[in-house]
Amino acid sequence: MKRADQTRRAVSAVMTSLTALCTLVAVGVLAIILSYIAMRGVSSLTLHFLIDSPRPVGEGGGIGNAIVGSTILLLLSSGIGVPLGIATGVYLSEFGSGLFASVVRFLVDTLTGIPSIVTGVFVYAVIVLRMKHFSAFAGGIALALIMIPIVARTTEEMIRLVPHSLREGALALGAPQWRVTLGVVVPAAMSGIATGAMLAVARASGETAPLLFTAFGSRFFPRNLNEPIASLTVQIYNYAISPYDEWHAQAWAATLVLMALILGINILVRFMTRRKF
Amino acid sequence: MSAWQKRLSPTGNTGDAVFRGAMFLAALLVVMIVCAMILALASHSTLSIRQFGFSFLTSREWDPVKGKFGGLAFIYGTILSSLIAMLISVPLSIGIAIFLVEQAPNFLARPITFLVELLAAIPSVVYGLWGIFVLAPFLRVHVEPAMARAFGWLPLFQGPITGIGLLTGGVILAIMVTPIVSAVVRDVLSAVPNTQREAALALGATKWETTIVVLVNAAPGIAGAVILGLGRAIGETMAVTMVIGNRPEISLSIFQPSYTLASVIANEFTEATADIYLSSLVELGLILFLVTFVVNAMARVLVWRVTRRNSSAGLAV
Amino acid sequence: MSIWKQITTGRLAIFLCFTVVLAFAACGGAGNSGSEIRLQGAGATFPNPLYQKWLSEYGKLNTNVKIDYQSIGSGGGIKQIQAQTVDFGASDAPMTDAELKATAGELIHIPTVLGAVVLTYNLQGVSRPLRFSPDVIADIFLGKITKWNDPRIKADNADANPPAADITVVHRAEASGTSFVFTDYLAKVSPDWKQKVGVDKSPNWPVGQGGKGNEGVTGQIKQQPNTIGYVELAYAVQNKLPVALIKNASGNFVEPSIDAVTVAAAASAAMTPDDLRVSITNANGAQAYPISSYTYILAYRDQKDANKGKTLVDFLWWGIHDGEKFAKELQYAPLPDEIVKRAEAKINSLTSGGKPLR
Repeated sequence: MKRADQTRRAVSAVMTSLTALCTLVAVGVLAIILSYIAMRGVSSLTLHFLIDSPRPVGEGGGIGNAIVGSTILLLLSSGIGVPLGIATGVYLSEFGSGLFASVVRFLVDTLTGIPSIVTGVFVYAVIVLRMKHFSAFAGGIALALIMIPIVARTTEEMIRLVPHSLREGALALGAPQWRVTLGVVVPAAMSGIATGAMLAVARASGETAPLLFTAFGSRFFPRNLNEPIASLTVQIYNYAISPYDEWHAQAWAATLVLMALILGINILVRFMTRRKF
Repeated sequence: MSAWQKRLSPTGNTGDAVFRGAMFLAALLVVMIVCAMILALASHSTLSIRQFGFSFLTSREWDPVKGKFGGLAFIYGTILSSLIAMLISVPLSIGIAIFLVEQAPNFLARPITFLVELLAAIPSVVYGLWGIFVLAPFLRVHVEPAMARAFGWLPLFQGPITGIGLLTGGVILAIMVTPIVSAVVRDVLSAVPNTQREAALALGATKWETTIVVLVNAAPGIAGAVILGLGRAIGETMAVTMVIGNRPEISLSIFQPSYTLASVIANEFTEATADIYLSSLVELGLILFLVTFVVNAMARVLVWRVTRRNSSAGLAV
Repeated sequence: MSIWKQITTGRLAIFLCFTVVLAFAACGGAGNSGSEIRLQGAGATFPNPLYQKWLSEYGKLNTNVKIDYQSIGSGGGIKQIQAQTVDFGASDAPMTDAELKATAGELIHIPTVLGAVVLTYNLQGVSRPLRFSPDVIADIFLGKITKWNDPRIKADNADANPPAADITVVHRAEASGTSFVFTDYLAKVSPDWKQKVGVDKSPNWPVGQGGKGNEGVTGQIKQQPNTIGYVELAYAVQNKLPVALIKNASGNFVEPSIDAVTVAAAASAAMTPDDLRVSITNANGAQAYPISSYTYILAYRDQKDANKGKTLVDFLWWGIHDGEKFAKELQYAPLPDEIVKRAEAKINSLTSGGKPLR
């Protein structure tokens, strides 16, 4: 075997182990963080904790209303943010060659970098101040604005990566362009689009600052979308900034619940969009 | 068909026209919202723009009591912390994506994918707390002294070591950004058709050389992933502000405390009462928009050059 | 199942979720159904644990009253009550004249409890709490005193043996009422501080690292050796950090205890103006703790909604009387009697449509 060949194989082997190392590092960091959270919070994870509403320090209490609140906020924001994001991504990839499309692309990219607090204050100024009260509705809009650029970006990338042969085949069979896009291209890119949606949901679910200015917070179970609503992140924030160990433990436990919620949604969506070929 | 009708529906199919119209409306809505944000930022910062002018970008002073404001320290902090974060995260994320797509057996790839994405589900306030209690002490005791011993002759690694500073902020950001970049790169790599891989292998390439071919194919997608990650890094507030020291100073050493645009806006916005104070904070928000804009533009130009040079390598069949 | 069938089923599921959510939204409307009364308050983080206790206890006694309080910071509390997005605000620092002028309507300050800002530190080789003179504290935060074994620190602590290490100052990163109280005190005891830095929720700190929130400062002090910083009393106590004794205006080294804080308020009662906006730092009592402060609830004198106004007034009345007994166990200092009387008068002055609510 020539020297050059040997070097190439050696490089290949080294690189392979490096990538495995990268993955190990990432999983390792996750394990470290997760074990720290679990260590600090698992003692507070009781059934009571998951159902009850918050109580003053020393009286126990739980995050039941926050779980319901977060779920409602996530549904609301995904319902607005994901379709709008996918539509924008489809527009950019299908009709994306003009000046307007370039403008859209740049603006969407810039939107990814906005601190969530700026988005929150924007929605506060536009919605909360007008309505003269905080509401779950405003919170949902703020989270949707955070989700849109992530979904739009990934959708555009994924749709671009669908091989042209797929499109051409469908067109050759006489399908109109919209059918090709909706019926062939988007489903082909579905797993990538789902990744984008999941990343957006994970991002939105971990935000606190925008919710403080829009959805506010509450000790009670939500009645309707026109009132302030509790959420896991705001509750975690409230507990984490307090001086009490009991509340700190509840904050860590609530983090575990939040992560479980997101993981659950992730698995569900992956299951629903899996490809069976 | 009239010119108008041709424009609206090039194929003559009403379904197409409706579809195109609907997608256009969605994009338009997003554009309007972003423009509204930029306009709101611009209109509320006119006071400080008029008062400080260009010196706002070159002054390091940030004194709410005396009414003197300048954004240079924050711009520096934002760019540096994001740079550190991306330098750590991008190679790591690409490595993870390569491993998951090219090398890992199926039964391993699925669960590891979920695990890495789980990092994205941790709320930023939790990252911040973990940073103070675990990461900062770890860096202070083990990592930073070692770096100071090895590279202390560089001004980059000098000065007192407290664990709270630019490096810690950058590392936390790297951890937060990695799940995003790796997830998107992973999807991009799996979308590269297998014909590319087969062709490379058929020509006698090693596994790694095949991977390089795949990477080049996926370059625009990887750039998109990096842009997303960068956006997160630039705009992150809670976690960074808890470990970066929040000191509006420019120091060459990455061990020193620093301050980012997003952090100062989050920390001082609700309490800012004086008009000039509020206006300066809003101007910082505008600058943040600009920084994101510029960095994104640079990333796009880079990708365009790479793909242009390698256009013969060919994209999808 | 084809990918479309899967997506359709998934979409059906999501659609169902949405109808649930929308049905929810539909039963919105006025927000106050018949018998229930809901109020929202926002503001200072410092009194949050106590207010949560108050809301819970009051809610047990009046089950149709549901009040929410969210900590968003004193400035946030002032802004929200000015914008009338909440029913009452809360702030550690009293509003300035400029802020009151900018408000559409008259806002009343009602003091609820008192708190202490303490100096806490992380230092090896010191067994008893350190003692500090006011000028020493100011010079540490000005960056003039840089080492723990400085002779001026040792002058107040003859039996301690601090190491020859650099002092790392930790202050608040974000704007806060705690910083306001602390700088207010420093400006009173150090003309140098007053001139160089001044009093503000977010001053331009000459030296030190910024920690986010009381818990960020506490965390940084706990994790880093040779640090010193200022936090609310409850944070130091709950985290088992040492608290320093500070020399007050009468020359005594006073420990930051609940009683010492109430003494400071009582000693300042005479000079407290009619609108109850006052700074009680560096008070003159013999056993007064020098870095004490009130925290206030802000409410409009003229309440728009008579029902909500009555509920608010009743709650505030309960708070300054029955609520005070929950203060001590949560490390808050109850109001001295003279101030309770004056707060009563303030609460009684709230009206709705011209008619008093109490």
